Amino acid sequence: MQIHKYELFGQHLLLDVNSGTVHLIDKMTSDVLDHYKGGNEAEVLAALGGRYDEQELAEVLAELAELVAGGLLFAPEVSVPDTLRAEPIVKSICLHVAHDCNLRCKYCFAETGDFGAGRTLMSREVGEQAIEFVIAGSKNRRNLEIDFFGGEPLVNKDVTWDLIRYARRREQETGKHFKLTLTTNGMLLDDEAIQFLNEQRVLLVLSLDGRKEVHDKMRPDAGANGSYVRVVSNFRKLIDSRGDKNYFLRGTYTRWNLDFSADVLHMAELGTQLSVEPVVSTTGDYALQEEDLPALYAEYEKLAKIYFEARHSDKPFEFFHFNLDLNHGPCVSKRLAGCGAGHEYFAVTPEGDLYPCHQFVGREAYKLGSVFAGVVNTALPSEFREAHVLNKPACRDCWARYYCSGGCHANAEQFTGDIKKPYALGCELQKKRLECAIWVQALLLAESYQWEEEKKFHNFDYK
Amino acid sequence: MAKHIQTVNKAALTETAHKGGCGECPASCQSACKTSCTVGNQVCER
Repeated sequence: MQIHKYELFGQHLLLDVNSGTVHLIDKMTSDVLDHYKGGNEAEVLAALGGRYDEQELAEVLAELAELVAGGLLFAPEVSVPDTLRAEPIVKSICLHVAHDCNLRCKYCFAETGDFGAGRTLMSREVGEQAIEFVIAGSKNRRNLEIDFFGGEPLVNKDVTWDLIRYARRREQETGKHFKLTLTTNGMLLDDEAIQFLNEQRVLLVLSLDGRKEVHDKMRPDAGANGSYVRVVSNFRKLIDSRGDKNYFLRGTYTRWNLDFSADVLHMAELGTQLSVEPVVSTTGDYALQEEDLPALYAEYEKLAKIYFEARHSDKPFEFFHFNLDLNHGPCVSKRLAGCGAGHEYFAVTPEGDLYPCHQFVGREAYKLGSVFAGVVNTALPSEFREAHVLNKPACRDCWARYYCSGGCHANAEQFTGDIKKPYALGCELQKKRLECAIWVQALLLAESYQWEEEKKFHNFDYK
Repeated sequence: MAKHIQTVNKAALTETAHKGGCGECPASCQSACKTSCTVGNQVCER
């Protein structure tokens, strides 16, 4: 598919898939594009001449022809860049510092923290070796990422703190730049932890599902008590302490809160950096079903409108899935490399075993090796690197292929048993989110251009 | 300005087809999501 056109809130939009160009178009242009393939003007005029004024149609066709000539419409297929064919370089690791957790979240893919393999904590030795593994594997690459993950990483706080200090020391010694992230449920996020994480410049992902009743239903503690009141108090302190920056309030919505825009708005009262994701589950009465799609589509549209209006108010917030930089997004190579799982990105278990990502941990067929022995299963990284959109039959013709990059391998494997066959429900949600994100960003860009024009006019007037 | 079509961005993909690939950008799953692939939401580090 070379183009994708759709209508949202009365605005017609056109995405040229291979160039990534977005156009705001009128209804007539949208109708013309049902027939226009470039160079077949007579055919279009014959098809639509009875419905539209011929002179107007000729104007549309002239504008479209100009776009085609400029490479902004019907741009040719992207070919695989040489950089993707090169040897992969490690850049990110996810350290499972604790396969243990003080909450019992019902949707947890880590099976309440232990990944189905018993409650264990990472040692300093394993953690330091993992950091050395990413430094050695990163070769000349400077920007590296280490994510402290679990279970709940603060259950193993002393080792986590030591590893953060170790990473900061090794950063100085090697000239690398580490972006450190810690994902926490907030239960143990006390004043001392907040101070340390701020001093060490650690980005935080704070798990919160929105409204109290929604959060408490899915995220109880081991005694079946809700965790909302305790974590919100800690999150509020953390967010205030770092000036509303360098964190994400990150939630999961399920079948139990299909009206999740209310949860996003609730979270926006606490902070402005928000990310809310659909639950991924094959079981459980909270799992999303295909029949939920119409309600979810409507909810994303509602949220897009709320988000857009908030951007024009004195209380704007960021919603991760709508943050799409239409001018300065990733390069083609990155869009093909996708998330990097299994070739640029690895997860490390408390024992030091390597997996393609945090979600593959515990799926034994995907064990790659260890931080001590390195990658032993050398076939898998190539398999992951080659599992890009141009090699996936279901993705090759999808208009969204350069935004989702083929989707999550772990979700695909979980639902279809094959990393090259994407998780269909996830694809549908991704496409809807993208349509909303493109609508929001295209309108914001158009507004900014108009503002620039007005500014020029007023400057001229003033002079 | 065209009467029927307003183009809001440049041909961002075409421009990077034969350059890019420095790999200095974040892994897309690392920061905010952890359950879906959000490459399009990343920003180029260059």
